[in-house]
Amino acid sequence: MAGDVVVIAPSQGWQPLRLRLLWGFRELGYFFVWREIKLRYKQTLLGTSWAVLQPLLMTLVFTVIFGHWLHVGSGGSPYLVFSFAAMVPWAFFSQGLSQGSKSLTSGATLISRVYFPRLLLPLGSVLSFLLDLGIATGLLLVLMPFYGYAPGVKALAFPLFLLLLLVATLGTAFLLAAANAQYRDVQYITPFLLQLWFFATPVVYSPTIVPHGLRSVIAINPLVSVIDGVRWMLLDGPSPFGPGLAVSAAAAVALFLGGAFYFRRTERGFADVL
Amino acid sequence: MSVAISIEELGKRYRLGELGGKPTRITEALVDSGRRLARLAERRRSEYPEEIWALRHLVLDVPEGQALGVIGRNGSGKTTLLKLLARITEPTEGRATIRGRVGAVIDLATGFHQELTGGENIFLNGAILGMGRAEIRAKFDEIVAFAGVDDFIDTPVKRYSAGMKIRLGFSVAAHLEPEVLLIDEVLAVGDADFQRKCMGRMTEIGSSGRTVLFVSHNMNAVEHLCDRVIWLDQGSLVRDGEASAVVGEYLKNRTRTLSPVWEPHADAPNPDVRLHGIRLLDGEGTPRTEFKRTEPALVEFDVSVLRSDPRLRVGLDLATQEGLIVFRTFHDDLAGAGNRLLEPGRWLVRCLIPANLLNHGLYSINARIKINQFRWCVQEDDVLQLEIEDEEVLEGRDQARPGLAYPVVGWEAEPVSAAESSAERAKPATLR
Repeated sequence: MAGDVVVIAPSQGWQPLRLRLLWGFRELGYFFVWREIKLRYKQTLLGTSWAVLQPLLMTLVFTVIFGHWLHVGSGGSPYLVFSFAAMVPWAFFSQGLSQGSKSLTSGATLISRVYFPRLLLPLGSVLSFLLDLGIATGLLLVLMPFYGYAPGVKALAFPLFLLLLLVATLGTAFLLAAANAQYRDVQYITPFLLQLWFFATPVVYSPTIVPHGLRSVIAINPLVSVIDGVRWMLLDGPSPFGPGLAVSAAAAVALFLGGAFYFRRTERGFADVL
Repeated sequence: MSVAISIEELGKRYRLGELGGKPTRITEALVDSGRRLARLAERRRSEYPEEIWALRHLVLDVPEGQALGVIGRNGSGKTTLLKLLARITEPTEGRATIRGRVGAVIDLATGFHQELTGGENIFLNGAILGMGRAEIRAKFDEIVAFAGVDDFIDTPVKRYSAGMKIRLGFSVAAHLEPEVLLIDEVLAVGDADFQRKCMGRMTEIGSSGRTVLFVSHNMNAVEHLCDRVIWLDQGSLVRDGEASAVVGEYLKNRTRTLSPVWEPHADAPNPDVRLHGIRLLDGEGTPRTEFKRTEPALVEFDVSVLRSDPRLRVGLDLATQEGLIVFRTFHDDLAGAGNRLLEPGRWLVRCLIPANLLNHGLYSINARIKINQFRWCVQEDDVLQLEIEDEEVLEGRDQARPGLAYPVVGWEAEPVSAAESSAERAKPATLR
């Protein structure tokens, strides 16, 4: 690496993402992911079971309240699997977002003492929840046969929806993390935002209750298509392919690029404001 | 020989103030933009009064393999230079080009993650320097052995003593062999034995053809390790040359500037208060800078209060030469006689630094005047130096004690008679 030349100069305005540099620091990225996971389940009695318990307990509560008492429609599937299938990607999104948005403030000492591409911090935070996502998905697959479902060929579309989920979560986390470095208000806004977002997402209800003309409009929330996809793959729900999916994909990409570029633009001040 | 570090007109401007100048709440951002608009309307777009250039117009070439020492008083821009070169913060103007991989040791004990074990932290620090796992694994045993933490390598760093953390931090940095190594004040910490080890290792690094930038207050270490030294003052380069020559000149200048009277260079625009000067006085009111450990010292502020404000606080930080703050004090800490700065007008505000408080050594006084919870009016570092002398040390009867404070504390000894029960003995005499 003797050929490395580093030029240090003031930057102005929008910056390139420098993906190659990010790749060069991938070891540190793995480390951040591993550290997040390790610290999260350290000194907990149940360890990684929390990854499953949290969404599962929420699902049980929803099943009783919305499924049994309020009789919310679940498109023909048993309410428990119907809402758990949606809870799995939602939990990833909401946890990735709340941890990711705090990643810069909790990594402040590191930022003020050492150099590395700052994007690695929210990236590591969000990606660490892939473990939780994996475990919860495993449980979902175990539950399904009891309700008479088995994953078929449609499950091959899984990577597509995972990618959509990842891109949307990362973009939003970048945006909130960078904003939180500058304005600490964000840490109070995030839980509220997540609550609103939860009700705007068909986790406890079926998207069919939304008027037909508005379907593509609510798909501006990428989580809508992710959840449609999961229910289609695993529970024979209606096909998610259509204009809604295109809207979701476009929204996710826009969030990702917007978040990443906003992050890079404000990155230069992090060491001075944190 | 090719150039490893090339610096052209490098500068860094900071905004001062309680919040580092930058709004950190959205409401403040709104207020701030409002103010800026108002200022535009008033056509008074003068320089932000709370701005300071920590470093400016620096031009410097460091050839490959050179060990460059950076010296200067606190706040002279040394650490800023290192932080810029380490890419921790971005310059405001100018540019620097570095050839080769850069490793920086800015604050030894804090690059660590408290919850992770020593071994895991070695990997973290290596990864930060851009090393692969295989590369770190190859050096792992050497690092652990050098730091002397073999038995604690699987223990979380939060259970380490401060000394252990510092040893581990230095050890990682010293073994990871970047081509350009930036080191900030490592010798200010750790015990004498470890400092010797550090010096040895740094001499090795220096002679191995790597480029080293070494910031320190320890002039012996600088002279010993560096080929060349630059001296910074208030963000500008004062001298650049052969190590012993620059260090010699710096020390000469340093003692000459040991003056008991300080006056501000220029009046910073400030609507609340004007500081005319600060003096260091003994009990008779004579200005001087050297005090016996058993004598009190007076710091006298000459200030004009321009606008009456109950939140006005005049105070100071007493700091070591390494910049560690021993304490901060304000004139109204105790309600009563000191707290009379309510009326506009000129005041002499005196702070009494009691006898039998500080240990033998040289201390700096930083002036701190603020409108409490609102803004800083004066933040001048290192305005005066206070030399505390322990007669026992001066006359060679004793070595200087470790520690910053040398208070007179209460001691008592009492013989224990056999008749007393063990329970009685456990209680201190004064509680009985």
